[in-house]
Amino acid sequence: MSYEIISNTGSRSFPDGDTFLDNAQAGADVAIYLGGASGEDASRKAVLIELDLECLGEHTGENKGDEGSNCVGFARYRNGNDDPSQLIELVRQPKTNEEAIATAVEVLENAGFDVVVCSDQKGRIIDRLVRPKYNAALRFLDEGLATADDMDLTCRLGLGYPVGPVERVIRGDLARHHDISVNLFYETGAAGYAPARRAVVAKRRSAE
Amino acid sequence: MTKNIQTVAVCGAGGTMGAGIAIVAARAGYTTIAYDMQEDALQHSYEQTEAFFNKSVERGKMSELERDAALANLSSTTSLEGLAKADLIIEAIFESLDVKRDLFGKLDKICPDHTIFASNTSTLSITEIASGLGRQDKVVGIHFCLPAQLMKLIEMSPGENTSEETFQKAWAWAEEAGQTPVKTQDKPGFILNALLVPFNNDVIRAIEAGVAEPADIDKAIKSGLGYRMGPCELLDLIGLDTQIRLCEAFYPITLDPRASAPPLLRRMVAAGKLGRKSGCGFYDYHQDAMFGG
Ligand SMILES: NC(=O)c1ccc[n+]([C@@H]2O[C@H](COP(=O)([O-])OP(=O)(O)OC[C@H]3O[C@@H](n4cnc5c(N)ncnc54)[C@H](O)[C@@H]3O)[C@@H](O)[C@H]2O)c1
Repeated sequence: MSYEIISNTGSRSFPDGDTFLDNAQAGADVAIYLGGASGEDASRKAVLIELDLECLGEHTGENKGDEGSNCVGFARYRNGNDDPSQLIELVRQPKTNEEAIATAVEVLENAGFDVVVCSDQKGRIIDRLVRPKYNAALRFLDEGLATADDMDLTCRLGLGYPVGPVERVIRGDLARHHDISVNLFYETGAAGYAPARRAVVAKRRSAE
Repeated sequence: MTKNIQTVAVCGAGGTMGAGIAIVAARAGYTTIAYDMQEDALQHSYEQTEAFFNKSVERGKMSELERDAALANLSSTTSLEGLAKADLIIEAIFESLDVKRDLFGKLDKICPDHTIFASNTSTLSITEIASGLGRQDKVVGIHFCLPAQLMKLIEMSPGENTSEETFQKAWAWAEEAGQTPVKTQDKPGFILNALLVPFNNDVIRAIEAGVAEPADIDKAIKSGLGYRMGPCELLDLIGLDTQIRLCEAFYPITLDPRASAPPLLRRMVAAGKLGRKSGCGFYDYHQDAMFGG
């Protein structure tokens, strides 16, 4: 299954030089929009739209839970501004056609990625789950629960994480963590997404 | 200068954690007294300990001589008076404030002044366990991870009245016993459970909200973050009933909404889906198929 990149205005999933960009073919069955652009094309088996913090519905429009077409959202997971991982989160709507999803999975798995499917909700899978944990770890640090190194060591030794939460969130850039958290907080109102003080500080300093 | 730790007593040594902690102490060369109120549980633990050490020899992790020495360090008793010579007592009995206070209260009258009392509690406050006890300065939290005989991490917490000397002695003992201690305040869940329990609840809420299937969540977390185990696999291993118990211990104290038991968790437990132990949780262990939340 081949793919064509219709538009690329700067992709977080496939930065310049990524081999995925090199292997695209004009006129392929699958159309891909990278970097915030989007379009519709019913003649394609699937239209893949790269997402950042936004939902797929912002590109396609929504209709009382009946929305869905051959458009599939996706994002290659990055820990903030860290290098992209091998994971791609595919985003579907309630009525997205199943063939489009299967096609998207096939194209991306053939390109060597691990692919998971999730619904069109803010934060998709990983950011939805890890951002509250990073905020909690940053708050614990302020409150003196333990040192950052001891929190990280606890997670590595006790839970088998390759990297502890404090190290990970700082490595991914606290200002980016702030932006992701604020985005989720705005949508959900859940206190766990309220960015921790250290993230707010980093954001303000980055804006200076 | 007070006496160094030579003799360690483990209370609840007939249980899962106590048996593992006794292995850690005996293996490190301490005279180790395994205490439990149940004779048959102690016997069972001893047999498991022998089998564990034999496996360690087979795998080349210890010599036969070291195994024999470790076993020789171990003795068992169902009598509290048998703990009178302990320099360090580590309790891993039932997770109940009353039961733990009662045990330490009795031991306070039996043990010499220098004896340190340590609790392996996962959810209770070290300060509350020590409250009312004559030797509050000698009570410390020593939280091992399951399985204690394999996991190096120990979360070590001083209570409000724990002396620095007690904390340092317990810390030195943990290091001498080959463990890796980290210091944490006496707060609900210490570090590990304070981060893990709400995170696991967030996972359950995401499944309930239709974000993704358990298998996709596990795959995402393992691939995207490199965790060894997906959270749904881990929850099935911990037991969903245990997850509820953890929530019920933490939420009333912290009032953190992330620590409250999600409705799906309660429904699954009510439906007998406890995880691996019941053959079905987020995954079905009979057919190795996935159970959608
Ligand atoms: N299981 C875990 O994953 C885990 C991890 C870390 C800490 N902990 C903590 O360790 C402690 C023990 O947990 P467990 O899972 O090993 O429990 P368990 O039920 O396997 O074992 C408890 C043992 O304590 C004995 N016991 C109970 N009350 C007693 C008393 N008054 N006097 C003497 N013996 C008594 C019981 O006979 C039993 O053998 C708890 O405080 C728990 O929170 C458990």
